Amino acid sequence: MTKPKSKLEDSKPVWLIFYCLFGLGLFLTMLLQGADIALFNPKGLIAGEQRNLIILTTVVMLLIAVPTIFLFYFFAWKYRETNDKATYDPHTRHGKLFMFTVWAIPSVFMVVLGSIMWTSTHKLAPQKPIASDVKPLTIQVVATRWKWIFIYPEEKIATVNFVQIPIDTPVTFQLTADEAPMSSFWIPHLSGQLYAMTGHVNHLNLMADTSGDYPGSSAEINGAGFAGMKFIARVSSKTIYDSWVQDIRTNSSSLSSTEYDRLISPSENNPAAFYALAETDLYDKVVMKYSGSHDHQANDDQTDNNHAQNHHMEHE
Amino acid sequence: MKEFLLGKLDGHALPHEWFTIGGSVAFVLLGLFVVLVLTRLKRWKWLWNEWLTSVDPKKIGIMYFLAAGFMLVRGGLDAIMIWLQQAISVDGSQGYLSADHFQQVFTAHGNIMVFFVAMGFIFGLINYIVPLQIGARDLASPFLNTLGFWLYIAGILMINMFFLLGGEYAATGWLAVAPLSGPEFSPGVGVDYLIWSLQISGVGTTLGAINFIMTILKMRAPGMTLWKMPLFTWGSLCSMIMAATVFPLLTATLFLLFLDRSFGTHFFTTGGGGDPMMYTNLIWMWGHPEVYILVIPAYGLFGEIVSTFSRKRVASYTANVLGLIGVSVFALSVWLHHFFTMGAGADINSFFGLMTIIIAVPTTVLVFVWIATMYKGRIRFTNPMLWFLGFMGVFATGGISGVMLGFPPADFQLHNSLFLVAHFHSNVIGGVLFGIFAGITYWFPKIAGFKLNQRIGRYAFWCWIAGFCLSFIPMYILGLMGATRRLDHYDSSTGWQPLYVMMLVGGFVIATGVALQIVQIIASAIEKRRLRDTTGDPWDGRSLEWATPSPAPFYNFAAIPQVTSRDAFWEMKKQGLPKPVYEDIVMPKNTAAGIYISILAFLAGFGFVWDIFWLAGLSILGIIICVIVRTFNEHTEYTIPAAEVEKLEEARARATKAADAHKVADTGEDMGLREFIKVVLKWAWDVIRNKRWRTW
Repeated sequence: MTKPKSKLEDSKPVWLIFYCLFGLGLFLTMLLQGADIALFNPKGLIAGEQRNLIILTTVVMLLIAVPTIFLFYFFAWKYRETNDKATYDPHTRHGKLFMFTVWAIPSVFMVVLGSIMWTSTHKLAPQKPIASDVKPLTIQVVATRWKWIFIYPEEKIATVNFVQIPIDTPVTFQLTADEAPMSSFWIPHLSGQLYAMTGHVNHLNLMADTSGDYPGSSAEINGAGFAGMKFIARVSSKTIYDSWVQDIRTNSSSLSSTEYDRLISPSENNPAAFYALAETDLYDKVVMKYSGSHDHQANDDQTDNNHAQNHHMEHE
Repeated sequence: MKEFLLGKLDGHALPHEWFTIGGSVAFVLLGLFVVLVLTRLKRWKWLWNEWLTSVDPKKIGIMYFLAAGFMLVRGGLDAIMIWLQQAISVDGSQGYLSADHFQQVFTAHGNIMVFFVAMGFIFGLINYIVPLQIGARDLASPFLNTLGFWLYIAGILMINMFFLLGGEYAATGWLAVAPLSGPEFSPGVGVDYLIWSLQISGVGTTLGAINFIMTILKMRAPGMTLWKMPLFTWGSLCSMIMAATVFPLLTATLFLLFLDRSFGTHFFTTGGGGDPMMYTNLIWMWGHPEVYILVIPAYGLFGEIVSTFSRKRVASYTANVLGLIGVSVFALSVWLHHFFTMGAGADINSFFGLMTIIIAVPTTVLVFVWIATMYKGRIRFTNPMLWFLGFMGVFATGGISGVMLGFPPADFQLHNSLFLVAHFHSNVIGGVLFGIFAGITYWFPKIAGFKLNQRIGRYAFWCWIAGFCLSFIPMYILGLMGATRRLDHYDSSTGWQPLYVMMLVGGFVIATGVALQIVQIIASAIEKRRLRDTTGDPWDGRSLEWATPSPAPFYNFAAIPQVTSRDAFWEMKKQGLPKPVYEDIVMPKNTAAGIYISILAFLAGFGFVWDIFWLAGLSILGIIICVIVRTFNEHTEYTIPAAEVEKLEEARARATKAADAHKVADTGEDMGLREFIKVVLKWAWDVIRNKRWRTW
């Protein structure tokens, strides 16, 4: 084991590791040429802030991690048994100063990171409306097995697995689910995800700043059709958006209750579909359906209704 | 009548997919082979008396290793199946698995790796090493320990039943989150298999944890105060206290889920006033500490390895112990970071985010202490040390990505993506698994009596490192590209496929690493005489386990050592080992009660899975009777007189001397791969030419 080796031979593996990592990096760069790294290619305000935060925290952490890891491997190499020049002192004493330093350095970093976190979490809370001069748009989202239903209450249209929003306009997605397990609503280019759950409404605010089609999906597993539960989020100018709404309102069939029941029954890999909205309170009915009644039917009883309303408010 | 006798069980349940049939056939053939060998060698009695009913923590430890090693291969196959599916299922292609089967595979992969591989190995190490390190002859309650082990085995059996006997496994992800796991969305028996597998082995973990807390607190050698305990024992103590704290929570949560599924209650259902969010909270209150239960013993043993192989005492014992305690305390208060995305307000999210990054403080302290330990040491790059060095790189990646995920706004983007999956694999492979490998190579001479082949060990190590980079670096990138986890198919327009293929290649490299580890053990056994450890102290160790011969006798210490300082054995070596004074030794008797109770627990679980309620009821009654009978058994110990101990010790000393005389001169390098293949081929040729199978 302790065969003496020349210094060059000793450091060979170190270089080999370095070359391998470099090669892997090069290979990956080649592989990723032209690829769309969604999280670093944000198309909206929130996603942009989130990307900046990810980069900022990584940089702050690298400030402590790089020297630490370097020191770790440097010492491991320097104080190797075969290195006769390194001092060996088994009685090195580490006093109070050492104790203080090892706790102080990470603590300082954590205070810095902690303050970044506290402010950014409050600033980027998904339920917080985005300040803007433009009138915000509300879209109600129902996760079903296994498709996304989007209801535009003011525009009086509904879509399946396709959502279109105007550019530079704050959008509030009100997320809930119907006859579906917890699902997670995620459009990586525009904003982070939030869960859609039966009987609850979660609010996700975002604002797009570039036109285009962006993929959206359910990030949380919710059964057999999970991987196919995808949708397109299209960002367009306000005029195109308006004519799109107009087109659906006039040319699409209306979303009747039988059609809605068909939608919430399980089916996989569904194409996009468009409807004119017949009942404006469809979404409220969906949310109230789960307000404590033992059968799974919507309950029009007045007391129940009030209860549901309160329940609804609690989670806003 | 049939319904009463067999519940939901019928012919449709039998395996009918190619991989379930393949699995059943492989399992049955393996079982037949073992039965055949045991019968041929007339070893049944030996197996029962010496191993299965043994209460010796060393033997139970080895049985844990064997079971966990077997499950590592089983769970590894699942991993390859997952990656294979994801590498080929693009656009119109559904791959070779249906969505449902794919989901069952990754659910089983998660459950197996966490409960039956990582937990198994960690419990194996604790069983074997902790009593030796604290200078104890046995455990506070040897019976609880064997019961815990056999419940773990019953859990293993239960999780494999779905393809041995039939039915299906849960398709819900390893935590079976509600309401997906409820009767409404998962009507099959899959989730029931999951519940009862985890329930049975989880109870075993709780019992084992209580036993080890008692053992560490009450059975230490005279003079060993808490602040003189070796670091691995400290890590184990922290880990076991956490396990005893949170595992009852898992039991309760799964019990409520069971009530929902089997008796129509509404704890976690969407309707009827149930609250699925409660399940998410409860399961993560257990689930997050669980990861730390696995990694804290590894932190402890890394402290010992770096100290031993740097030939220095650990730089700051106090900082190290406080670091371990700090991690375990904070780990209990961060569970909500697993679901920032469920919609809690900014205040709640930032609180749990803060707690999460605070954990990084004690962890960083541990790293600093390890660095300071290496400073001015004389470092030997043995295999355990290699695993430690590899751990650092991988674990640092996991740590950095972990802190990123601890920021709620960043987590909204990274959660449920492959970035998250890559993060926790960095921690669990880098921290837990590499820690386990370091521990096993470190203590192998103590366990088997000979050192492991270092050369093939190095090959295995580099395969693991290379395979890890190939698999998980692309996985991080895929996460950043917006790929969610658990996808059974995706579009080629996403540009993800090359990365998925790379992950599969990495998976094969890791599999090669595992194969090399098996080869390593065989090659070491072939060279046993050269690698034999006759001193009991092959690494120039520092703690008490090295004061015993390798392998340690069943009573561990002929005379209980007197501890005066940290690094107890190091001090003893400096001051000269005292001549032992022999005394009567009281040892626990073997018992089969643990096996009987576990069989009954398995039957009860099986009854509940298939709604065979008479079976479940009878089995539970049987368990109660077994426990009562065992409780009133007062003859659970026997005494070895001092004279007998002396005789045993002398016989051992003679045997060691003889072995020393026969020891083949250490010729430097260990057997390489080429030489190993040569030896195996030669042996095979010898068998064929001389028709040796006739004498078998």
